[in-house]
Amino acid sequence: MRPYTPKDDVQKKSYYTDRYWVAPQVPKSDVSEDAVFAADHAALRAHFEILEDYIQRGQMVIYIHPKDNYAVLEFLRDHCGYTQLSELSAIDWIAQRGGFEVFYQMLSMTKKKRIRVKCFIGEHEAINSVEKLFRSADWSEREMYDMFGIKVNNHPFMKRILMPDDWEGFPLRKTYPLQGDEFAAWYEVDRIFGKEARDIIGPEIRDTARVDRYDTERFAQLGHEVPKGSTFDPNQPKTPLAYQEEGGVFLIEGFDETKSKIISDRKR
Amino acid sequence: MQQTNRLRPFFENITFERDDNELVLNFGPQHPSAHGQLRLMLHLQQEQIVKAHPDVGYLHRGMEKMAENMIYNEFMPTTDRMDYIASSSNNYGFALAVERLIGLEVPRRAKVIRMLLLEINRLMSHLFWLATTALDIGAMTIFLYAFREREYLMDIIEDYCGARLTHAAIRIGGVPLDLPDNFIPDLKAFLDKLPQNIKDYEDLLDTNRIWLMRMENVGVIPTEMALSWGCTGPMLRASGVAWDIRKEEPYGLYDEVEFAVPVSDKGDNYARYKLYMAEMRESAKILYQCIDKYEETVKNNQTELMAHAPQYISAPKLDIMTQNYSLMQHFVLVTQGMRPPVGEVYVATESPKGELGFFINSQGGPYPYRLKLRAPSFWHTGILTDLLPGHYIPDVVSIIGTTNIVFGEVDR
Repeated sequence: MRPYTPKDDVQKKSYYTDRYWVAPQVPKSDVSEDAVFAADHAALRAHFEILEDYIQRGQMVIYIHPKDNYAVLEFLRDHCGYTQLSELSAIDWIAQRGGFEVFYQMLSMTKKKRIRVKCFIGEHEAINSVEKLFRSADWSEREMYDMFGIKVNNHPFMKRILMPDDWEGFPLRKTYPLQGDEFAAWYEVDRIFGKEARDIIGPEIRDTARVDRYDTERFAQLGHEVPKGSTFDPNQPKTPLAYQEEGGVFLIEGFDETKSKIISDRKR
Repeated sequence: MQQTNRLRPFFENITFERDDNELVLNFGPQHPSAHGQLRLMLHLQQEQIVKAHPDVGYLHRGMEKMAENMIYNEFMPTTDRMDYIASSSNNYGFALAVERLIGLEVPRRAKVIRMLLLEINRLMSHLFWLATTALDIGAMTIFLYAFREREYLMDIIEDYCGARLTHAAIRIGGVPLDLPDNFIPDLKAFLDKLPQNIKDYEDLLDTNRIWLMRMENVGVIPTEMALSWGCTGPMLRASGVAWDIRKEEPYGLYDEVEFAVPVSDKGDNYARYKLYMAEMRESAKILYQCIDKYEETVKNNQTELMAHAPQYISAPKLDIMTQNYSLMQHFVLVTQGMRPPVGEVYVATESPKGELGFFINSQGGPYPYRLKLRAPSFWHTGILTDLLPGHYIPDVVSIIGTTNIVFGEVDR
């Protein structure tokens, strides 16, 4: 059977994949293989339920219940020495599993170890803020909300951070196209000139490779004098060129196209 | 609610006219000393700031989104545009993350060249920092001096990769080119002059009355605040935490070179300034050692520049042009892109600004499923919320200066 691919994922896809291609895995090892991680893991397991755990590329990854996130991070900070929250964000799994994976990347400066705490929340679920533990989460959680639309409870200032305040849609979701959606195409027109100007201005062109040859608003037409904004017919005769100095200025001769000569031997 | 169309600015419902004595001042987004597109909303009591609200996002280009729609090699030039003052360090961070994901070992000569580039970039970044911060504070001379030296370094980089600002000089799996003939002598000539140059800067600034007034005991970041806000790099080290990823979690050949990690426990602007100066000296020390290492690889005839991993990295040009199978692999790698294994990796490197981290989630396809860029400047901007209250308006300029934020990195 053909594997199911989510149809609303509008991100770029590979145009060809070998049917028999089995992707290799980055090796995972058991937590017990590293003494430091094993101790942290044991201490954590005594208080919280750990759903999954492994070590990948030298960093421990643990999965917890989303309701435990504040308590787990507090425990790690106060009892295990993970005093830095280096990064916090989410991964969009809406199409596959109906929600987001939120990850907290933490660092212990005394043990020189990094761990990643992960939890899974549904598409419309909120997660508790860890801003009280790490001030850095203030901005990270705002960015997470901005990009994925994940609501964060108990956050002091839950607003968009990178996108404009009145933006609609969440850009890092897989359903959001790279070029922007309908709203993005009309955003600046609506904001600056008002909705009634839509017919006059048209949507924002977000295709960077697009060139309209007969656009007289932005481009000149070589050989033709065309008023700005008028429609241009490529078959219309060229505008005759007349130079002011023709026959009138000392030592200056006008360029005559018919008298020009093409030299066959470049070296001459 | 304000009608937001017709070119009337939209101020997020912040009331500028208030009943009390507080004045709301918009600092930026077009302010010459905001180092880019930073908008600060400052609540003022007389000249003292009681509340600060940094607003970012004016340079947001959606790099994480772009990464999800690009093959891995295609994304490399985009990383240049993050911290565009030291773009090779971004290239390196990304290349290292993908190499960790694949599990690739880079040839020794490539490692040495990468380290040379990284430290040159650190010097360039620190010189740029010194120039612009001093200029913000009013010291024009130092700006000219520091830019003169930076120009020399940019010329050296240009000799290597042809670009001055956006280098894209590092590839996944190694480096594309060997050093040109004049690279090492030029660099040596520069390094020999550098201590005297740094001394000149310090003579101009260290005991300068105006410089001290603007720097000493201004913008003090206590250790707790620095840790809580996720500060890294010089921002953290100036607050008394000796944490340098090059030292603590060595990558590349940093475990083979000797260098010190300057630390200060003052936490003020002046401490950060002294730290930048000390770090430049340490970078010079590392560069001297890297030059020796490079000459060692020449002597040992270690000429390989790219790792050998035909599944992920194209073969050398000679093989592509002479062997059919190499050509086929190269074609697939260029048109479809490499497919790293399924898994996740978070790799942090010490960029001139702090911890630059790349989190990559790969689902075995040619496009990363999720790529998170951890840029240090993002939190170094966020800390202004807690740092600015209590300070005065002129201090804002010097504090923004010493946080060394670059908006290509904040907004990504």
